[in-house]
Amino acid sequence: MPKDHGIGASSKRREDVRFLTGRGVYTDDMALHGQTYAVFVRSTVAHGRIKSIKTANAAGMPGVLAVFTGEDFKDVGGNPAGWLINSRDGTPMREPKRPVLAYSKVRHVGDAYAAVVAETYAQARDAAEQLAADSEIEELPAIIDMKAAVADPSNRVHDEIPDNLCFDWGWIEDNRAAVDAAMKAAPHVVTLELVNNRLVPNAMEPRASIGEYNPGTGDYKLTTTSQNPHLTRLLVAAFVLGIPENKLQVVAPDVGGGFGSKIYHYGEEALVLAAAKKLGRPVRWTAERSESFLTDAHGRDHVTKIELGCTKDGQILAIRTETLANVGAYLSNFSTATPTFLHGTLMAGPYKVPHVYVNVKTVFTNTAPVDAYRGAGRPEATYSLERVIDKMCRELNLDPFEVRRKNLLTPDQFPYTTPVGLVYDTGNYQATLDRVMAMADVAGFEKRAAESKKRGKLRGMGLSTWIEACGIAPSHLVGVLGSRVGLYDAATVRVNATGNISVMTGAHSHGQGHETVFAQIVAEKLGIPESSVEIVHGDTAKIPFGMGSYGSRSLAVCGTAMAKAVDKIIAKGKKIAAHMLEASEGDITFENGKFQVAGTDKAKTFGEIAFSAYVPHNYPLETLEPGLEETAFYDPANFTYPAGAYICEVEVDEGTGKVDVVAFHCADDFGNVMNPMIVEGQVHGGVGQGIGQALCEFTAYDETGQLLTGSYMDYPMPRAEDVPFYNVDYSCQTPCTHNPLGVKGCGEAGAIGSPPAVVNAVIDALHRGGHTHVTHIDMPVSPSRVWSAING
Amino acid sequence: MTKVSMTVNGKAVSGEVEGRTLLSSFLREGLGLTGTHVGCDTSQCGACVVHVDGKPVKSCTVFAADVAGASVRTIEGMANPDGSLSVIQQAFQDHHGLQCGFCTPGMVMSTAALLAENPKPTEAEVRHYLDGNICRCTGYHNIVKAVMAASGQDVSALAAE
Repeated sequence: MPKDHGIGASSKRREDVRFLTGRGVYTDDMALHGQTYAVFVRSTVAHGRIKSIKTANAAGMPGVLAVFTGEDFKDVGGNPAGWLINSRDGTPMREPKRPVLAYSKVRHVGDAYAAVVAETYAQARDAAEQLAADSEIEELPAIIDMKAAVADPSNRVHDEIPDNLCFDWGWIEDNRAAVDAAMKAAPHVVTLELVNNRLVPNAMEPRASIGEYNPGTGDYKLTTTSQNPHLTRLLVAAFVLGIPENKLQVVAPDVGGGFGSKIYHYGEEALVLAAAKKLGRPVRWTAERSESFLTDAHGRDHVTKIELGCTKDGQILAIRTETLANVGAYLSNFSTATPTFLHGTLMAGPYKVPHVYVNVKTVFTNTAPVDAYRGAGRPEATYSLERVIDKMCRELNLDPFEVRRKNLLTPDQFPYTTPVGLVYDTGNYQATLDRVMAMADVAGFEKRAAESKKRGKLRGMGLSTWIEACGIAPSHLVGVLGSRVGLYDAATVRVNATGNISVMTGAHSHGQGHETVFAQIVAEKLGIPESSVEIVHGDTAKIPFGMGSYGSRSLAVCGTAMAKAVDKIIAKGKKIAAHMLEASEGDITFENGKFQVAGTDKAKTFGEIAFSAYVPHNYPLETLEPGLEETAFYDPANFTYPAGAYICEVEVDEGTGKVDVVAFHCADDFGNVMNPMIVEGQVHGGVGQGIGQALCEFTAYDETGQLLTGSYMDYPMPRAEDVPFYNVDYSCQTPCTHNPLGVKGCGEAGAIGSPPAVVNAVIDALHRGGHTHVTHIDMPVSPSRVWSAING
Repeated sequence: MTKVSMTVNGKAVSGEVEGRTLLSSFLREGLGLTGTHVGCDTSQCGACVVHVDGKPVKSCTVFAADVAGASVRTIEGMANPDGSLSVIQQAFQDHHGLQCGFCTPGMVMSTAALLAENPKPTEAEVRHYLDGNICRCTGYHNIVKAVMAASGQDVSALAAE
């Protein structure tokens, strides 16, 4: 009988009621007294020198309250990169300033170089159009293609960076010679050049920000679409505007999806705050979807050559990659970590591979900044690896399942130190492989393929066995790797006088269901109903200093902080109970919401202890503070390592090249599962995005830097008809060994494991149809690409 | 400015609008009904779907002045009269058919329109009908399930749980 409450129950989401009845409150839903509207003037060219901006006409238009240009923010700080990466030769990365508004040069289409604030949105927009007409920008040749950017030092995104290179990183550089030697000695070497296609995150809620300033107190307030309000406060206050953090409150209310794109601080947030101070009135801005396409940090965009050295029977001996990673025009906050430490450290996959070397050159181009998007670096590593293994199987005529099995780490090999710097704590990769093969009925594939053939379709099956490092992150480790922040998290558990509970967490929920799941955990630990627990998040004035939600860290890191704070509550409760029950503290047990003297029937309920803490009439005040509220900070000892095995089946129409995903099976190991319903939903969503990347999503800039796919009419988002029902299983569980909940994280898994499974399935289908000349098709595997591959 | 009057969720309302005022803006800013969301600027995402005289429309593509006199229903008008979740809303909660909630109002409104014209849709019919509603969170699995469950069909056998 499944549990109906607490840890492991599929508790229904409490947040759903407000969302289903139209009572959610997203940033743009807030109406403020005296509010004004900001509209940004954005570059229409990819690369240009700002010659002049005449503000007088716009400033004089009806309703206009203020006009800002880049010059107004020249003297405040830049929006910094969160990670400092060194090149192979030890030199630090090039870090150009990312200003609030561009000055002297614009560097991508959509780069904001001015803004207008007016009484109404329409007035602000009219004036912004006037300002655009009154701006003289000399167009310069655009730098779009990464290879050309590096090859032609005469044309520079940033004048001070000669070769458009941010860094040339080697991981691990000291191992390079050994890897080269192993590759040379390998009996067979497989080479694959591939593109990990650039994606636009497309959270359904566009970014929005409201700035407020109280001249009477000097306090600022920023309401914004953020996955991490404290991080945003740190960036905008300490780094950019120089506001003392204690004078800035950042609120991230209901947020309509993030997928990484709302981790980062963006210039619009600084502008609305500065404008609010200047005007003494609230200043609001909401992105149009077109602005989101142009200015939200994009994802992926790697061009990679991967080589795999192996024996003739498929034992992997060495892996070597060379990648050009597009960082866009400016360094977004996580942009330097994504192609390096979130990518290179995963290049051994779930396999025992003695030699691995990763080289990444990160390149500036006149395109939107590129940063972490669901999975962030790990999908890129997984895709390269799983595609090249698939190619190896075809070149050597080996069974892809057996090859995986031969190379996967075995359960007795944990903890396992990879050649790329990680220590996997636990896992059972054979178990997930066995499980997914059973789920997919691999044995019955030929029959299904024959049936597809009768309908004129080529059926193919693709496998991917994936691993990720998440639960970001151990501060000591990321500090060594170049992070400029710690990545612990924090929670405060406040037991109210009548025994109900408020939890203030550093995690931010923008779809993940924390309000439900976190309450399940607290309720389970304290033996009280879930409805007695309220989860408070998203407001720096209420929550302790936590780093927010990304990198599948909410449960593993923020949830652990919360569990530890609950443990402190229980420990204090035992002291109170010992006093009240006239027993020694060591004799008090806590179970099912009761503090009891072991071996007796003397007990106090949790509610009685809470009441006593706040009405301390019979209380050890000489040794114990009254009240029952505890905070815990938690810094993980290691990353967590979810892993799994995915099988995709596709049908390909040879005549049109159209690919249909007809079945998708996932066997994942997330460690312990807190709410199965929510875990399944996270996998569904990740796989949906992965199928989107594999089959349809494509971000196209032309050679002049115009974004050709700048709307939903041109950028194909996966729709309900493009995906099947997914078959999801999480029964293989090797709990994480270093957090008390034993959890690993499930938010990114689907987006990491699925793209190679889809593409492997397409190649399989084509081979089964006799098109054996097709060894690879880059994503998105669109009908035209498949048709061209078949007929080319 | 023109004065428009219409019925929204059973109540007579009126307001001053410009000719260019969209129905979505009138609902959100004029009436404070912020449950109707705007997720794009090309009539693609469907977060803004409302019913006008019983038909689903993308309210970001309709002028408020054009629906003067009409009966409009929004997500705020979808719960049962006693405030409890309607069958469709309850099915979305029961089957985890929403995550961030931003596309949800449009999904619920489109579902209501679908079930009004096709009370027992097949999976393919549901997926086809929801083509104009984009969700980035759920991969659609639980949305399709919720819609079919709301139509009274047994969804326990749909894919593995």
